Amino acid sequence: YNLERRENPYVTGNSVIAMKYKDGVIMACDTGASYGSTLRYKSVERIKEVGKHSLIGGSGEFSDFQEILRYLDELTLNDHMWDDGNSLGPKEIHAYLTRVMYNRRNKFDPLWNSLVLGGVKKGPKGDEKYLGMVNMIGTHFEENHIATGFGNHMAIPILRGEWREDMTFEEAVKLIEKCLLVLLYRDRSSINKFQIAKITTEGSTIYPPYALKTNWGFAAFENPSKGAVGTW
Amino acid sequence: RKPLSPVSAAMDAASSLMGGPSSADAPTDGEHRMGTTIVGVCYAGGVVLAADSRTSTGMYVANRASDKISQLTDNVYVCRSGSAADTQVISDYVRYFLHQHTIQLGQPATVKVASNLVRLLAYQNKSMLQAGMIVGGWDKYEGGQIYSVPLGGTILRQPFAIGGSGSSYLYGLMDHEWKEGMTQEEAEKFVVKVVSLAIARDGASGGVVRTVTINEEGVKRSFHPGDKLPLWHEEMEPQNSLLDILAAGSSDAMVQ
Repeated sequence: YNLERRENPYVTGNSVIAMKYKDGVIMACDTGASYGSTLRYKSVERIKEVGKHSLIGGSGEFSDFQEILRYLDELTLNDHMWDDGNSLGPKEIHAYLTRVMYNRRNKFDPLWNSLVLGGVKKGPKGDEKYLGMVNMIGTHFEENHIATGFGNHMAIPILRGEWREDMTFEEAVKLIEKCLLVLLYRDRSSINKFQIAKITTEGSTIYPPYALKTNWGFAAFENPSKGAVGTW
Repeated sequence: RKPLSPVSAAMDAASSLMGGPSSADAPTDGEHRMGTTIVGVCYAGGVVLAADSRTSTGMYVANRASDKISQLTDNVYVCRSGSAADTQVISDYVRYFLHQHTIQLGQPATVKVASNLVRLLAYQNKSMLQAGMIVGGWDKYEGGQIYSVPLGGTILRQPFAIGGSGSSYLYGLMDHEWKEGMTQEEAEKFVVKVVSLAIARDGASGGVVRTVTINEEGVKRSFHPGDKLPLWHEEMEPQNSLLDILAAGSSDAMVQ
């Protein structure tokens, strides 16, 4: 063991948020990767397809996320080569990632990421939606809605209040955008360029990047010092 | 190492790396670092790589005419920033691997393969290296390409890339002035201007601007000496001596 080893992240992606909805799972994040406090890379894809049934969203050290995608490539390729008609579903991918992350953590050499894994696969009870996350210390769980990083503080409370079973795609997008906007306002490392992705039994779609309108038209914003000079 | 902003990278690392003299006590000791400004841009038909030429140990300029753009293959070059030793060794290894790869492949290596080799070394040794690199080149499959490999070993293909401590001063400029599809001449002029602006403000960058243009025809190296670079805000036209100024009689001498 290298007991002194303590990596530090350099190029980092921030929050990923995701939730189950009627047809499957929807996942979103911004397209930025920071270098310390600099918003260095602004067109980065942090949500990718995994096999036929899953999406992975990564926050944290981007080089580690890229390496994880390579591990998943190997995993899904080997799975495909079995040529047995079966393919790894989101639950299995999540379990694999959990092992990878926890074992690295035990060696004091973590992959510095929080990963969100979502997907849909036919199971014994029909089409089963799956959404879970695993982070750099190996903590992992399944939930109806997930967020990483700042999203834990800003998006989860909104999702807990407003998420419903069987939301339509439109309702889900609206709720996700509400969370993305809050993160844009309040997370210093976020940028106004987002990607939303969805996965259903039909397959996955990663929509092209877009920006959201922000609202600054509050009277109180215009002249905050009016009643209290020196205020911030 | 904390996530370092490029500006503090050179200074902080010089003092924290060795556990020895900080740059304040012994300004001439310390590991050779390339504070650096490095730039790579794609233009219509190829790429232009550019860099400054200052290598410092602490506060002392160990080499004022370094060559930070190293050849990996006939068609792929790399701009190096960070620890001079680390980046030299990385490019030496990658050159060695690519040499063998080219023999096996029977044709020039692609820019992607060269960049990925750089990435592998950077990623797998991330705890021991301080190397930020920009790989650029031309191959027959994808034409001109630029790949950024910053600290940590991320790899990102970009239409243009900047790196090194001097790059902090260039983000705004590039956001404002970068455009796709420049001609070769525009691109070469642009990178010289950009690096020289960074040199004007970054103490860890200086000297000459070297450029390497790579396209289907081949490679062209250029040298832009420090005294031929454009002058920016608060910089003055260099003179031989005050005596010349006085002789010309045109100075607004401040005589009390």
